[in-house]
Formats: sequence, structure tokens, C-alpha cells
Amino acid sequence: MSVVDPTAPLSDHPRRMNAGGLQVRGLRVETRAGVAVVDDVDLDVPAGTVLGLVGESGSGKTTVGTALLGGTRRGLRIAGGSVLLEGIDLTTLSEVELRGWRGSRVSYVPQDPTTALDPAMRVGKQVREVLDCHDYGSGPDARAQRVTEAFGEVGLPTDGEFARRYPHQLSGGQQQRVCIAIAFATWPALVVLDEPTTGLDVTTQSLVLDTVRKLTQQHGCAALYISHDLAVVSTISDEVAVLYAGSVVERAPTEQLVHRPRHPYTSRLVAAVPDLAGRRALTGIPGGAPSPGARPPGCRFEPRCTLAVDECARGLPPLVPVADDHLARCIRSADVSPAEVRDRDPEVGRAADPLLRVEGLSARYGKVSVLHGLSLDVPRGTCVALLGESGSGKTTLARTIAGLHRDAEGTLSLAGERLPFGSHERTRQTRAAIAYVFQNPYSSLNPRRTVGDSVGRPLRVLRGVRGAELDRRVGEMLDRVYLSSHYAQRYPDQLSGGERQRVAVARALISEPTLLVCDEITSALDVSVQANLVGLIEEFRHELDLTLLFVTHDIALVRNVAQQVAVLQAGAIVENAPTERLFTDPQHAYTRELLETTPNLVS
Amino acid sequence: MSALVPPAGDGGVTAPVAGQTPGLLRRSLATGRTRAGLAITMLVVAVAVVGPFVAPGGETAIVGPPNASEVPGLLFGTDVTGRDVWTRFLHGGISVLWLSALCTLVGVGAGLLIALLAGYSRTWVDEVLMRTTDVFLAFPAIVLALLFLAIFQPSAWTVILTVALGHAPRVARVMRSAVLDVAGRDYVRSAESMGLRRWSIRLGDLLPNVTGPLMVECGLRLTYSIGLVAGLGFLGLSGLAIDQADWGLMINEGRTAFTVQPWPVLLPVTAIGLLTVGTNLIADGIARAAAGTDREVGE
Repeated sequence: MSVVDPTAPLSDHPRRMNAGGLQVRGLRVETRAGVAVVDDVDLDVPAGTVLGLVGESGSGKTTVGTALLGGTRRGLRIAGGSVLLEGIDLTTLSEVELRGWRGSRVSYVPQDPTTALDPAMRVGKQVREVLDCHDYGSGPDARAQRVTEAFGEVGLPTDGEFARRYPHQLSGGQQQRVCIAIAFATWPALVVLDEPTTGLDVTTQSLVLDTVRKLTQQHGCAALYISHDLAVVSTISDEVAVLYAGSVVERAPTEQLVHRPRHPYTSRLVAAVPDLAGRRALTGIPGGAPSPGARPPGCRFEPRCTLAVDECARGLPPLVPVADDHLARCIRSADVSPAEVRDRDPEVGRAADPLLRVEGLSARYGKVSVLHGLSLDVPRGTCVALLGESGSGKTTLARTIAGLHRDAEGTLSLAGERLPFGSHERTRQTRAAIAYVFQNPYSSLNPRRTVGDSVGRPLRVLRGVRGAELDRRVGEMLDRVYLSSHYAQRYPDQLSGGERQRVAVARALISEPTLLVCDEITSALDVSVQANLVGLIEEFRHELDLTLLFVTHDIALVRNVAQQVAVLQAGAIVENAPTERLFTDPQHAYTRELLETTPNLVS
Repeated sequence: MSALVPPAGDGGVTAPVAGQTPGLLRRSLATGRTRAGLAITMLVVAVAVVGPFVAPGGETAIVGPPNASEVPGLLFGTDVTGRDVWTRFLHGGISVLWLSALCTLVGVGAGLLIALLAGYSRTWVDEVLMRTTDVFLAFPAIVLALLFLAIFQPSAWTVILTVALGHAPRVARVMRSAVLDVAGRDYVRSAESMGLRRWSIRLGDLLPNVTGPLMVECGLRLTYSIGLVAGLGFLGLSGLAIDQADWGLMINEGRTAFTVQPWPVLLPVTAIGLLTVGTNLIADGIARAAAGTDREVGE
């Protein structure tokens, strides 16, 4: 039997070369057709430290994460390189040997705990399962002991009652901590965490991050923390690797990477992240990352890079040291300046008359009451942010204002005129005056309609514009959102997420509304695209004298877009203040908690 | 700000240049399953459609002794009353075909209408419609058909309506869940916020986005229709003239003499069997293409 026994003393392993931590060299994962999804990936994670792996969607970060567990998604295979853990190359292990490693020496914390936990099994049993499966310890008593310990380590109650609960009886944060307990239960040498806090609220997120950091040090294990969120990664990682279009473009200790990036992409990424501390203008990155198979032969960032010279297109530059512990894949790394951060003009909300007035609004879904008699004024020409966590009722409020939720009581008025609740009861003028941009650009555009058809629809329905005049105005509107007018003939599935959201903005603005309701419009987008979109909205607010209600869960983003902030908690507004005052002098305990727990890049 | 936003929009590199992703039908045609189904179906349809024109004799002409399997000049012998089996077979397919096609059309159409009405009403209308279909679902389709044919005089139209009545609640159930799914999408909300009438949302936003399951239903119901129509023909309830050739009827007439003259049964049974398998393969191919079962993962 050549099966590696993971519980055997470390010195007994047959393929051991050197001990401690993780070393990845030249990792390449490709499709069956031989197209590289990630290639030339080198990573080092010393035991007891956390390496943050940052990348935007499609960069291959999850592919790298699963490759470290010796697996790939269907249709992909590990085509080259080595993954050395405790001196053993995981890529040379057989499927049977790998199965012995997974869950015992290498473990995984998934993004969504609700689908990762078995809903029909008590959580204690689920922790116990991984111990039984790998014959942990000397016997049943030792395993029972370890289950209790594991719960304690992640800050969950250690009494038997909690272990007997089912996943649905736990909160999202508790569920994710159970997943972390499972991952750390067998004292693994490597834990891969794939966006473990993306579905959680910020307050819960900071608890989970603390837990992971503490456990990594306690257990002396190597951890790879995968995320799209540079701010989150920078709070937990000792070192950060930035992944772009399938290869690592920069690797450095966290502080250094954020404050002195040496790759143009990292530098631009830092500039695109909304920040709590500064009133700075967000700067996006033009263009999009090339997909596998369409990557340029040279530096992959070259087409979008402002520093690019002819030589950049001639071959993929190597990842070379540019300073102590600092590697960058750029021939012009010496010329990369720290993210150029422009201060945003501090703008105070004009004490104008309210365009939208909400008074004593309550809303329900059947018997469940979501909003409890809240009042809010949105002054003309300003952007008011509606900040709240999931379940706070922010989307319900936005939808009620837009006439999409009718089960409500109270008063809504637009420019002094009372608004009925359902859009069908409203006049054509009011329907045109309030426009709505939805959260998810993948479901807000009808896949069977061309972009031009979708954008022109409000104009046709609400203003009765038809024929050549309609085509002309659709073309104009597409130009204004920086998509050229030939996009009118395309279908949504030919567009990237950022482009779709621009189309949605164009559709909202074409009927020349006075109030634009934006419901989490950037939450499905990458930060570099988010920055572009926020800039676009800001531009329209100035040019069209638009009034904005900007619904978001991201307090850092609020500082960058809004003049006034209403903080929503459990269906009631707990604080409503000008943006500057909210950040410098928060009054409500909940606001203070939000400010304290939100990860910050520049801190 | 404007200087920072690209003129071509972001993702210009990744956006495909060619037209929209190929339609469901074309995608399903790429699979061997659908092609095989289509080939089989076309073969049987060709026999049924071209058959009456190339048949050697009249469909009711008596050309030899009854139940003779070997008559000189006749390919498959004679049937129970001495008519040419081959001629009867070539003439007997067209009735099964057009009856099943119409049954499918009416049944799926009615089901779709109920589904669009119920799935996007969010009121008691939904409850009433769906509970009513539940009642109909409690009876097997053939029992329902027999009941109605016992009450009304069997004719081509009563056959179509009764078989369609069996289909409608089943189609409605499947299509309603498809409609419900689409009705929850934001583009429907967007249309609502423009104050569009419910029926224009049903036709403009909901219907175009449920064509996938709709096509699957069409294929599936066509398969069932063929079986039911042939079955009713076997029972002599297809509303056709007594001596008119019909595959279902042929099986019934020929079954008593099966041991001496198997052809009057074998020919139509094979044809109906092939047609059913063929349409089912197509339906399955479309369903797989719609669900993306055969799609390559990882580009």
C-alpha cells in the first residue's frame, strides 16, 4: 500500500522533502483543449501565516484555490507545476491518497456555508464526521473532546446543546464558524478559504476574520485567503498576492503592497477601492480582463496599462524581485507610482426643498412587517445614501418608492405631490420621473431583447416616442454611458457585467427622470468596474440635475458618493446625517459599530 | 471623470463579436440524440405524407382472400377483409399525424394560456386555476378521453379536444413554474415600473423567456398525443369513417389473426413506435440543450 497515512508521524511520510508551509511552483491549470486558465503561479505560505490571494472575477483565484486541494472544476486539469505541502507534492498523489489528505492535512472553507453544511445533520455531528473519517486521535472519547474544543476555538458555545442544533437554527456567521471549525478540526497544515465572508454582514465578517487569524497562529498552519476585496484581504493577510488574468502579477507583504504597489494593475486596484478614511474620488480601470484563450502574448495588463511601451507586448514578463520580499511582473515596475488618489470635493448637501418626502412609511410582506413608520427627505439635486445590512428593509423602501411594492402605509410625495403606492396607479409623468436601477445586471435585462430595445422601451411606453427619433435617442443615450451606439444591436449575453449595468443605467435615464433610485447597483461588479459606474452616476447627477437615492450595504462606498446618509436598521432609520458628520461624529451605536468593523485599506 | 471612462466600455476584450448565442433549436441539433430523433421522425412522417400518393391501390379495394400473408403481387399480403396491407399502411399514417399535431397544438396552447394567466396574477386567480387543473390531473388522460368520447359523438374534433384537455393541465403545471421563475426577474419589475399592462408583460417579457420549456413540452406532448390518438384509433374512437385506413384501427383489426398474418399489426406498430421514440428523442435533446446538460465546462 502506497497510501500516505496522514496521521502517521511526519518523518514517516515517503515523499517528504522539507517541512513546513506551502510552496507552489509554476502551477498551470488548463482546459481539455489546452488553454491555460492559470499559469506560472508561484506562491509561498510559511506555517502560521495568511497569504491573501486577490483577484477580480475571472482571474482564476478559485481555480488556484481548488488546485491546492489537488482538484479542479469539471473540464479542467492540473497540467504542470508542483504544490508542495510539508515537503510532499500534492500533484503527484493518487486520488485515493488525495482523499486521505483532504480534510485532514488540507482543508477548505467555502464561500456559502448554507450550501456547505448538511441541513439534515446536527452541526456537532458534522464536525465529528471529519474526525471519524480520518481516524483522528486515540478513540471516540478523544474525538468527542476535539469536537468541543473545535467549537471553542471558533468562539461558539461549547455546551452540548449547541452541537445538537441543525444549521438552520444558526445565524449566517455561526454557520460559517462551524465550517471553519470543521476545517481546523484535524489540525491541517493548509487551509484554503474561498471568499468565506462575502455573504456576511460587516459586523459578522470582522468576527470571522478575527477567528481565522487567531486559529492560523494557534495551529501554526498555512492559510490561503481568497477574495475579490482588497480591503478585507489587507486586514487579515501577512502577505498578499495579486492575480490578474491567470498569473500572479505582484506579491508583497500587505503594508508594502497597499502603500507602495509596484505593478500598475495593483496600483489601479488600490485606487478603485472605496475607502472609509478618505474623501477620495474612486478611479476605475478602463477595459476588462482578457478571458482565457484571448490573453495577449505579452504582459496581460498591457492593453489597459497607461505605462505600456512597445516592449510590454513582446512577451510575458517574469515575476522578479523589486524590493525585499516584494515581487512584481512588470518591466516598468520602477515607474509605478503609488495609487494616484485625488481628493473628492467635499460637497455639503444643499438645504434645498425635498424632492422626495417619505412620512411614516410602513411596509409589509404578508404578515411580516419590514418597515416601521420611517420618514426621510431627499433634497433636490443631492445623493442620499440608504445604508443598511441585509434584512434591514432598504430594498423594500427603494421598491416602495419606485412603485414596485404596494403593501404599504404612510405618505410618499414627489415635488409636493402625493404618490400612490403601485406604479399602475401613478400617472405616466410620475412613472417617468422616478427611475430604478436594479442590483443584478444579469437579471434586470430581458435576455430576449436587444440592448436598443430594452433602452428604448421606457421612451416608447412612457413618452410615446417611436421610429427614427427613438433610434436616435437610444444611440445618444448609449453614447452617454460610454457604450457606442452599435451596442444597440447586441443582446445582454454578449455584454460584461459592467456593460450590462451601464445599459441598465441608460434605460433608467432615457425617460429623463428627476429621481434615480439605485439599488445596490455595484454589488455584483468588480471594484474597478464599480469605480467607473459610480463616476458615471456622479457625472449624470451634475449634468442632469438628478436626485439620487443610493441604496447600499457598503459604508466605505457611501463616503465616496453621498452627501447625506440615512442608516437603516431593522426597518427603521437610526441615524440620518450629512456624510461628513456621520463619519466624524457618529451618534448611534449601530453606526459606530459599522465604522469600527468595516475593513479599511489605508488604516 | 470622463477621461477615465473608456470609449468602448469595459469588457471590450471579453465581449464576443459574433451574433447572439445560437438558439435553443440549433444548439439541440448539435447533439447526436436530436439528430437521430429528427431522422427517425422524418422517416415516419415521409411515409405517412408521401404514402397515399405512391400506394399501389385504393385503400378500401378488396384484392384477395382475407388474412393471406402470401399473395402474389402484394408485398405484405391482405388483411382481415382482403384489402392490401401495404396500401392500407401507406394511407393510414396521415390521420395519426395530423390528429396528434393538432392535439399537441391545442393542448399546449391551452396549457400555456393557463400558465401565463396563473403564473403572473399573484391573486386568487392563480389558486382557482391551479386547483382546477389539479382535479383534472387526478384522472389518467385516457380515462378522461374515454369519458368525453362516451358523452359526445366521436369525431376528429372531439378527439382533438379531449386529448388536448388531457394535456392542458399537465402543460399548465410545468409552464406555470417556468413563468413564476421569470416573473421574479428584475426585468419584469422594470416593465412593471413603466406601468405596462399585465398582458403586454406576459407576451413581451414572460413568453419569450419560457420558450425553452415550452419546446420541451411540445415534444413531450406530441409523443403522448401519438400514443393516445393511436390508442383511440385502436378502440375505434378516432372519429374516422369505418373503412378508412388508420394505423390504430389496423392494429385492432389485425390482432385476431396475428398468428397467421402478422403484417397488419407489425407495420403500424413499428411506425408508431418509431415515431414515438423519434419525437421523444427530439424533446429530450431540446430539454438537454435548455438545461445545458451536455455543455462543456471551462470554456
